[in-house]
Amino acid sequence: MNGQSTSAPVLRIEDLGMYYGTRSGDVKAVDGVSFAVGRGESVGLVGESGCGKSSIAMTLLKLLPENGRIVGGRIVLDGTDLAPLSEDQMRTHRWNRIAMVFQAAMNSFNPVYTVGDQIIEALETHIETSPDVSMERVRELFELVSLDPGFIGRYPHEYSGGMKQRAGIAMALACEPDLLIADEPTTALDVIVQDRILKELRDVQQALNMSLIYISHDMAVIAEVSHTVGVMYAGRIVEWGDTVDIFQNPMHPYTQTLMSAFPSVTGPKHELAMLGGEPPNLLNPPTGCRFHPRCPYATDVCKTEEPPTVEGSDTHWAACWHPLEA
Amino acid sequence: MAVVDTGVTEVGTRPLIKVEGLEKRFPVASHWFRRSHSSVHAVDGISFELARGESFGLVGESGCGKTTTGRLLVRLAEPTGGHVLFDDGEGAATDITTLRGEELKTFRRKAQMIFQDPYESLNPRRTIFDTVAEPLKVQDACPPLERLDRVSRMLEMVGLSPPATYLFRYPHELSGGQRQRVAIARALIIEPIFVVADEPTSMLDVSIRTGVMNLMESLAERLGISYLYITHDLAVARYMCSRIAVMYLGKIVEMGDTEAVLQQPKHPYTQALLSAVPIPDPTATRAPVRISGGVATPLDPPPRCRFYSRCPIADDFCRDNPHPALEVKDGGQRVACYKA
Ligand SMILES: Nc1ncnc2c1ncn2[C@@H]1O[C@H](COP(=O)(O)OP(=O)(O)OP(=O)(O)O)[C@@H](O)[C@H]1O
Ligand SMILES: Nc1ncnc2c1ncn2[C@@H]1O[C@H](COP(=O)(O)OP(=O)(O)OP(=O)(O)O)[C@@H](O)[C@H]1O
Ligand code: SF4
Ligand code: SF4
Ligand SMILES: [Mg+2]
Ligand SMILES: [Mg+2]
Repeated sequence: MNGQSTSAPVLRIEDLGMYYGTRSGDVKAVDGVSFAVGRGESVGLVGESGCGKSSIAMTLLKLLPENGRIVGGRIVLDGTDLAPLSEDQMRTHRWNRIAMVFQAAMNSFNPVYTVGDQIIEALETHIETSPDVSMERVRELFELVSLDPGFIGRYPHEYSGGMKQRAGIAMALACEPDLLIADEPTTALDVIVQDRILKELRDVQQALNMSLIYISHDMAVIAEVSHTVGVMYAGRIVEWGDTVDIFQNPMHPYTQTLMSAFPSVTGPKHELAMLGGEPPNLLNPPTGCRFHPRCPYATDVCKTEEPPTVEGSDTHWAACWHPLEA
Repeated sequence: MAVVDTGVTEVGTRPLIKVEGLEKRFPVASHWFRRSHSSVHAVDGISFELARGESFGLVGESGCGKTTTGRLLVRLAEPTGGHVLFDDGEGAATDITTLRGEELKTFRRKAQMIFQDPYESLNPRRTIFDTVAEPLKVQDACPPLERLDRVSRMLEMVGLSPPATYLFRYPHELSGGQRQRVAIARALIIEPIFVVADEPTSMLDVSIRTGVMNLMESLAERLGISYLYITHDLAVARYMCSRIAVMYLGKIVEMGDTEAVLQQPKHPYTQALLSAVPIPDPTATRAPVRISGGVATPLDPPPRCRFYSRCPIADDFCRDNPHPALEVKDGGQRVACYKA
């Protein structure tokens, strides 16, 4: 997907760190992450299960659990650094400026109120509106995410997994945010409904010039929604670039493994590749390049020294001692 | 009740599970609705069989009744109609919809469910060890002193390694994909013979997903486990399942060998589904999906073909006749469509 605007970024993250304190030490889930998201741009965030994708998302919204703490860095949203803001100050940004579709669909809703009432409440808290207008807006939102408006007055437990997920998307879009973070928003959707929702999301994005951070393990969906892709490994961004570059000329060996074997529905049925070795332990990440214990190209320097950032082009970089040739 | 043809795979072997005319309706009563006797037809008279050691895929639109079907098959919900016959070779086949007490407990040891949403299904106040060990404890399936060892091995098998770093954490300290693997470990640890796997790998990256799929397959071979494998990922269904059923609004609309259904889909819904599979190439363009938008509603559907309002080839005959029955078409699969 192409054609994003190149104006000043809506969001700039600088050297962000967020650790979870545990009895065995700090889990370094976000460890020195920097990137920027332009207005109207879609960034796809990918990486192995447990590498810190949701942690970045929750840090941006400052919805951290008790044991999670920001250890450094800045989160600059339209010129304001969110990192030092108090919970009260944060509330004025959440939902109407920066909204989120949670990986945990249930986090969007309280089980004791109907889904419709909760979306209406969000609307009435953040934008001035009358009950009739709110109700009309909820209907619109339901149709946008292909939900039967007959379910507006129903409780979350009466929704199927995918219906809940769609209601979460409706909720996040309700206040027309500047930046939407969608964390695995379509894992419970069939490909037809997913296709329709991704289209609607693109339309909303264009109409509002909304920026999007889309977290997914589904590389096919990433290929469809994102202008730019960030690849995460063990709490860090290891490669960043234009979507076409990332798919066609990956520079980082980890990205290459991500791109190597897509199971296919109609093509030949090939053996599925697996990344060997243990997933990294974020309590005590490997020294040097964090990917070195599993990297086929690792040399001695990779084991001890942090890899440099190498640029493949103006819009494409990777952190690696021996980046792959295009 | 009429005899239903459920499409046996192998002649002569008795199926592990035989589903006959299964139905589940949820009554609807709320101030939003003036209609008083509305109901959601979540599962609307479906029949199929599952052989021993077989993986049977269930795919279909979000909200079409897959999870409800799975819950009925492991008796986490009671049907409003139909039967589920379970025959593990030990004694006569039993209708699990009527099991009580000790019989139900024995059945629960044999049948497990991996729940779709690992954020809702794991008890937040239990450690990972307690969660995964729970079925062993409830079923008294393993001496207490060996539990730690067995749980550790299971965690390792689902890629939560080293297990020591996970055993005494709580669910909220895990990522989505890590929770999903805890849910898998819990269901498989007592070596059941039937598992309903509801989107078990939807939050896993390709590499870890492949590992989990291999594990499930090797357990199926070693222990003869049968899976009802619910998924939206048709590629996963292709790798895991020998046969597959496609559901739409509570009905099975196409069912047969996975390769036949995926390579030569006959029902217009299945065809649309396959055309919507995204392509992992940012430069590729895909033909637009041909079925009309419309929101499928399971609230009191009219008696005609459930797909009528969105079907690109529907005609007056479809409008004026009841929902079509599943019939064998060339290619071998069963299809519920007057025009396929
Ligand atoms: N509250 C917590 N306390 C301690 N560790 C945590 C906590 N929450 C998450 N973690 C750990 O932090 C790491 C990053 O978790 P995160 O949820 O960000 O992963 P993710 O990339 O979103 O993975 P997935 O794709 O599986 O959802 C994981 O290894 C996880 O076990
Ligand atoms: N407890 C309930 N009360 C009322 N309606 C319900 C209940 N559980 C499910 N339903 C309805 O039954 C239908 C089928 O739901 P089910 O969860 O089986 O769908 P599904 O095929 O698993 O969908 P998904 O792929 O989105 O998870 C839906 O319309 C849902 O709203
Ligand atoms: S820095 Fe070395 S170990 Fe790390 S990815 Fe590059 S080649 Fe592999
Ligand atoms: S029976 Fe008619 S409406 Fe139903 S799927 Fe076939 S052609 Fe379409
Ligand atoms: Mg996550
Ligand atoms: Mg479901």
